Amino acid sequence: MSGANRIAGAGRLTPARKVRFMFDGEIYTGLEGDTLASALLANGVHLMGRSFKYHRPRGVLGAGSEEPNALMDISRDSARRQPNVRATVQEVFEGMRAGSQNRWPSLAFDVGAVNDMLSPMFAAGFYYKTFMWPKVAWQKLYEPFIRGAAGLGVAPDEPDPDHYSSRYEHVDVLVVGAGVAGLSAALAAAMSGASVILCDEQAGAGGALRYDTDVTIDGDNGYDWAQNTAAKLTAMDNVRVLTRTTAFGYYAQNFVALCERVTDHLSDPHPDLPRERLWQVRAQKVVLATGAIERHMVFADNDRPGIMLASAARAYLNHYGVAVGSKVGVYTANDSAYAAAFDLARAGVSVPAIVDTRDAPGEGLLSTAADLGIDVMTASAVVGAKGRRRISSMTVEGGRGKTQIPVDALITSAGWTPAVHLYSQSRGKVVWDPETERFLPGDNVQASVSVGGCNGVTGLQETVDEAIAAGRSAALGAGKSKRLSLRIEAAGAIDWSGGMSGSARGAGADSTAKTFVDFQNDVTAKDIRLAVREGMHSIEHVKRFTTNGMASDQGKTSNIHGLAIAAESLGRQMPEVGLTTFRPPYTPVTYGAIVNHSRGKLFDPARKTFSHAWSTKQGAVFEDVGNWKRAWYFPRAGEDMHAAVSRECKTVRETAGVFDASTLGKIEVVGPDAAKFLDLIYTNGWQKLAPGRCKYGIMLREDGFIYDDGVVARMAEDRFHVTTTTGGAPRVLNHMEDYLQTEFPDLDVWLTSTTEQWAVIAVQGPKARDIIAPLVEGIDLSNDAMPHMSVREGKICGAPTRLFRVSFTGEPGYEINVPAHYGQAVLEAVWKQAEPLGACAYGTETMHVLRAEKGFIIVGQDTDGTVTPHDAGLGWAIAKSKPDFVGIRGLKRPDLVAGGRKQLVGLKTKNPETVLEEGAQIVADPNQPTPMTMLGHVTSSYWSPNCGRSIAMALVAGGQDRMGDTLYVPMPDRTIEVEVTGMVFFDEKGERVNG
Amino acid sequence: MLLIYCPYCQEERPELEFAHAGEAHIARPTNMADISDEEFETFFFIRSNPKGLAYERWRHVHGCGCFFNAVRDTVSDKFLATYKTGEPKPDIDSLTKKGDGK
Repeated sequence: MSGANRIAGAGRLTPARKVRFMFDGEIYTGLEGDTLASALLANGVHLMGRSFKYHRPRGVLGAGSEEPNALMDISRDSARRQPNVRATVQEVFEGMRAGSQNRWPSLAFDVGAVNDMLSPMFAAGFYYKTFMWPKVAWQKLYEPFIRGAAGLGVAPDEPDPDHYSSRYEHVDVLVVGAGVAGLSAALAAAMSGASVILCDEQAGAGGALRYDTDVTIDGDNGYDWAQNTAAKLTAMDNVRVLTRTTAFGYYAQNFVALCERVTDHLSDPHPDLPRERLWQVRAQKVVLATGAIERHMVFADNDRPGIMLASAARAYLNHYGVAVGSKVGVYTANDSAYAAAFDLARAGVSVPAIVDTRDAPGEGLLSTAADLGIDVMTASAVVGAKGRRRISSMTVEGGRGKTQIPVDALITSAGWTPAVHLYSQSRGKVVWDPETERFLPGDNVQASVSVGGCNGVTGLQETVDEAIAAGRSAALGAGKSKRLSLRIEAAGAIDWSGGMSGSARGAGADSTAKTFVDFQNDVTAKDIRLAVREGMHSIEHVKRFTTNGMASDQGKTSNIHGLAIAAESLGRQMPEVGLTTFRPPYTPVTYGAIVNHSRGKLFDPARKTFSHAWSTKQGAVFEDVGNWKRAWYFPRAGEDMHAAVSRECKTVRETAGVFDASTLGKIEVVGPDAAKFLDLIYTNGWQKLAPGRCKYGIMLREDGFIYDDGVVARMAEDRFHVTTTTGGAPRVLNHMEDYLQTEFPDLDVWLTSTTEQWAVIAVQGPKARDIIAPLVEGIDLSNDAMPHMSVREGKICGAPTRLFRVSFTGEPGYEINVPAHYGQAVLEAVWKQAEPLGACAYGTETMHVLRAEKGFIIVGQDTDGTVTPHDAGLGWAIAKSKPDFVGIRGLKRPDLVAGGRKQLVGLKTKNPETVLEEGAQIVADPNQPTPMTMLGHVTSSYWSPNCGRSIAMALVAGGQDRMGDTLYVPMPDRTIEVEVTGMVFFDEKGERVNG
Repeated sequence: MLLIYCPYCQEERPELEFAHAGEAHIARPTNMADISDEEFETFFFIRSNPKGLAYERWRHVHGCGCFFNAVRDTVSDKFLATYKTGEPKPDIDSLTKKGDGK
């Protein structure tokens, strides 16, 4: 038996298909197709959780995604565990483990329930008012307390072993919701020739037809019609039917995100299957057929386990074959709950009373009730409910006075709220319909249309007709106009209009009872009234003060009640108070679905240079530079980083070193106006640079600050080989393209990124020429023929090369550019020459130290976007006679020519062993009171093996006028004395480079 | 994700392929070196930042690479028009009429 409350012959599940699962350590049996909620109810379990704030025992409220109470921790194994899963959505599978949340030590006995007794303390705004003082209590007392109490469920602590997939789809028509309306619209659109996606969050099609068994469509029972229609649609080539798929976000230009739950209902999913699939759908037209959500009645202790929505009880009975109780009371303000009562009575469940707030229920209901022996108490109200872990009785007040009626379940309906969430997400503004007292979709802002329940249509035939017309029109709008002859006859549903919103009788402003509006966040009618009394007059403020509608169910059942109570307290009409805005997601979405493939190695691509394998073999330690993996240093046996870098630094200056400089940005600037263009982009002049020569160039932004720098070689009259900083390559090209396309479009120039086309092997040091000479053909390497800052084309190891004689070390050296696919072969050949001569491979750390020894700046490290060439000591690089270049006017701005600007200088610590920290602040007087006047900061700092001392560069206010001064670098544990110096620490005359 | 029509590719492409590039129709002075501080301020710092229709530059950076101009409603995010660099501002009235009530 799959539970004592399963009624033989009722529901659509197959009794033979049993599924065993665990709930709070006990093994239960359910049926295939059960949700966790229906399976537990079948076993007589109503107590499914504890509420967030008061830890009150809670049962299930609904039978769908609107569920606020029955949140569970669901696991398949230790890594596949997810908290806060709605028991009404999770389907049971063999071996599933479910656990209740927010209780300790057990669901039945929960220590936190003391909060319920202390509830007068925990009114709305409690946190804002209570945790105010003393200040020190925050860290020690309040924060740990709040953190301990906050959060619902326990986050998984193992990496998610599942994978998730992502699909993009373009369709003519997307239909959201596969109830009567959605199916009809999809059929009309598809038969008109449109490509269609029909999605529904439930496991199958049907929507309200799952529980409304009175409907007949085209001669079939409504649910059967839905299954047949879904099957018919699935068989069509132009239709994709997606079940267990929630349209959770409606974005600009009809971009709708769907999340398909692929394996969460399977006991043994194939490992190749993704757990979820994210569909990003761009639709020409969107048809919203999302139906309506039933509201609960707001009365005292309306959260007792066993109290649930009437439609939910009907779904449990008619779909799952489960009776929610043996003695079921009914409390309603509209007609639709009667159908649930009748279904239960016909299934043999005792229905002692229907309590109706109205004087006169709809036509024929009273006589049917009488036929079934159900007592209808009109103009009455349920004013209380007893039974802590399960309702035991309801207290009714009405024409017959106050009576207590024993029940073990109570089903309620205050009416139906059109599900306008996606319409609202599409930026549509809902409109108040005074006649039916509902918010309905107004004008469509995007190419979408709402049909059926979510559009406030209540008649079944009207719904079908409207949906067919909408489906047809959507197809036509997408340009698909196949002849359509479609007529669907539908009959039998009860009218869903009418009802009430706000608190019911006995729960008015004078009441102190706990009348829950928002179950998940424990917000009562009293809290909302308190918020209004305390000055929250906008619904947005009421929402934030009380947290009504802010839980993970986003107030699907509570928003309208909350609004009605706020409006009543304010003495205003509901539309004047306004509705809060609905935002994505409609229901919670896993991080897995959103992050999808973008994790681990696929989170961000790693760029590897041609030498990566070679450097790895040489024992390199790599560092990340942007997306690049660059060899950082090459430790030998027994060496730490310091020892390796010291050895590399000395070896380069004494012998030679080999370095991969490929990540430097490279741009080929070609065309008759190339020199003219570079004149405008760089501060320097380029017209006079002879082919075969190189020059260091600086480019500015229009505001006069340094943007990038690098060596530029003139290959020919009309061809330049530009290099940029490693990190600056894309933005420099963008900057150049911008000016070329939009400001100087008359110049005849082409720009091409060649960063990845060239492998660059730097060979630096006194023996650099000896190393490469045997490999080079067709280039005279002598100092006279090829001096410092020149470039030649020829061959190396048979490969074409652009050979640069340039130096970022201050040593004589070359940068061998070869097409990238020759890189490794040339590098290996170079290394074969270099190694016997005692040269080393060196990495970026040594490169940094060597350049700092020479006072060469790194843009972005020694400059920060507020440094001019003058500030950096590079004023010589600004051409005096050019009429224009980018930044020419910015450089003349008053602040940029004023005295006292921060300027780059060198720093030497008084104690040569002390190495400063980069970023450390610099002051003139270390004894001044804090906050001290800071003169600047250290931008680069290293131990220099070649100088035998520490060296540093710093931006210091008026630095160039402070040469020789003593300044101070205050650190947490000491103050370091430094002397301001020039920036060149090694080979001050710069003679070595020509050697 | 927005779809943006590239006037050079003459195709609607996803937003991911594009990069925003600031306000449009701000011409760099041809006598740049000689302009006053006030003129520089107007050129470099002052932007209209409207609520509503904005003229702005975009680059089809992961496509054809071209810069172009667009009229976008900063409230609804709706593109009313895109046009090639150097072309005059389109007539707003005709655009807003066409863009209404889809």
